[in-house]
Amino acid sequence: MEDDLVQRIKANPEYHKLVARRSRYGWTLAVIMLVVYYGYILLIAFNPGFLAARMGAGVMTWGIPIGLFVIVFTVLITGIYVQRANGEFDDLTASIREKAL
Amino acid sequence: MSRPIHAAAAALLAMAGSQALAAGDALGQTVKQPTNWTAIAMFAVFVVFTLFITKWAAAKTKSASDFYTAGGGITGFQNGLAIAGDFMSAASFLGISAAVYLNGYDGLIYSIGFLVGWPVLTFLMAERLRNLGRFTFADVAAYRFEQTPIRLFAAAGTLVVVAFYLIAQMVGAGQLIKLLFGLEYWIAVVIVGTLMMVYVLFGGMTATTWVQIIKAVMLLGGATFMVFMVLWQFNFSPEALFARAVEVHPKQQSIMGPGGFIKDPISAISFGMALMFGTAGLPHILMRFFTVPSAKEARKSVFWATTWIAYFYLLTFIIGFGAIVLVSTNPVFKDAAGKLLGGDNMAAVHLATAVGGNVFLGFISAVAFATILAVVAGLTLSGASAVSHDLYSVVIKKGTATSQDELRVSRVTTVALGLIAVVLGIVFEKQNIAFMVSLAFAVAASATFPVLFMSVLWRNCTTRGAALGGFAGLITAVALTVLSKSVWVDVFHNKDAIFPYTSPALFSMTAGFAGIWLFSIMDNSERARRDRAGFEAQTVRSETGIGASGASGH
Repeated sequence: MEDDLVQRIKANPEYHKLVARRSRYGWTLAVIMLVVYYGYILLIAFNPGFLAARMGAGVMTWGIPIGLFVIVFTVLITGIYVQRANGEFDDLTASIREKAL
Repeated sequence: MSRPIHAAAAALLAMAGSQALAAGDALGQTVKQPTNWTAIAMFAVFVVFTLFITKWAAAKTKSASDFYTAGGGITGFQNGLAIAGDFMSAASFLGISAAVYLNGYDGLIYSIGFLVGWPVLTFLMAERLRNLGRFTFADVAAYRFEQTPIRLFAAAGTLVVVAFYLIAQMVGAGQLIKLLFGLEYWIAVVIVGTLMMVYVLFGGMTATTWVQIIKAVMLLGGATFMVFMVLWQFNFSPEALFARAVEVHPKQQSIMGPGGFIKDPISAISFGMALMFGTAGLPHILMRFFTVPSAKEARKSVFWATTWIAYFYLLTFIIGFGAIVLVSTNPVFKDAAGKLLGGDNMAAVHLATAVGGNVFLGFISAVAFATILAVVAGLTLSGASAVSHDLYSVVIKKGTATSQDELRVSRVTTVALGLIAVVLGIVFEKQNIAFMVSLAFAVAASATFPVLFMSVLWRNCTTRGAALGGFAGLITAVALTVLSKSVWVDVFHNKDAIFPYTSPALFSMTAGFAGIWLFSIMDNSERARRDRAGFEAQTVRSETGIGASGASGH
């Protein structure tokens, strides 16, 4: 990519806004995902009895809804990111592109 | 991704020390069943249909770009299904449902492990990959670096991953065909090798993608039907299903909570890292990001892939419980000793008979075999592109090769890989190869992922750091796998493993990242100065995609 194009993009405050917002958002969500997953793994490692405990009178244990929650959460958090990235971030990108080219 | 379950089953085996799970691994030796003509006929229909698609795709495959990335013309939704197709292997279908059948809740724990890498890949890598890359992940890793060393490293990493995966697939195909179709082992290996060559050779990425999509839809549809039929018998009450399962399962209430999956936290975390970051470093998965036209579509791809894979794991969990209730209680599915006919991996297949009769059994068997075919096609394409694009076009021809030359080399490589896969598939028939997929994941997590991550996100990364650090991760992952139980004891028959943990990822990823960091900060060469100076332009492009358009290059 030519140097002057790079400089022009970098001179645009919208570019810095995009990079700052998106990387903060991406890293925050990544850390949340890691906390949820490794939290679940550590729960299994250190307190499996909790997951095996029955919720009520039936055979259903806490482990089932918690496990399902991790699965559904994985899909939801991906969806939340994609929603914002494909809207707000892509609009910003389009505007930066327009000004630079 | 092809047979994640083998990595999982191997890990689970090591952690739980459970004999039952040894049988739960589809890679184990299987017993030939009576010839199943319904299954063979359904599979033949699938093959004829996919060959028509290949013919259609062949007409569209004219340039190297068509061959590697379907010309960048796949939509996010289609690509998401295709990625899910790469991930939902025959072995994960049969293996995870078998693990649930045997141990209940533990099956859920490792299916979650395979899922959680996707969001992280989405948040940090997906759009940067799409914005910087063209055909292979090496385009991204080598963006601002000296081409030759990085391409050599990338090709080495790709070929190691592809080789081990392919062998595991081939052996799995041979074992499955004995189980599902009642045919000889070698027939499966030859059929898979030949069809995969035809798909890739003539149809390139377009045919491979569509084979992947069709197989994913068939697998999801079949599994959904099974779950519907199981839940229907319990008036759609999961509680009623679980209650009945607890009643008939020998382990009773303990199938409703974690069992022996996690004994040693270091193995658990290391294994989790291999799954999570391995997903983000597998060359045939990364390549899929270049088949879509924009970063927006790349993000949609991962969203759809995550959705379908999550749905698939929910289905396999219910299928496992369905098998406990409907298969384990029915003497028709058992031999004289009370074992499942054909082994525990047949739990889902027997459940197909239980809920849908012989025709549905044939359908599920055909889907299982079609799945292997789709996965090997993706792997071969990825291996061929590493040779033709990274080695031939960039390293040997220094970028002067024409698109036609590159295409010719990738086709020759496809044939070579196909022949090698068939020969090795036959050679490894009786070998214990459970380590192969875990090794592929460990290499992806420890070599390709760190190099990609650091080259894209760390300014001070240099050519020397990336190449040497990448090889450090690669070599550590291979060496520790050889010293671990799955090779040192199970293959070489030594008494005790030298490396005590299930997965090397925690250590080999550390070696990869530390190597890149160390060799980069010590690098004061003229090349290093240019590498660092190139970071700014690379970042602008990776963040905005400006300069990258559709399938055009840089």
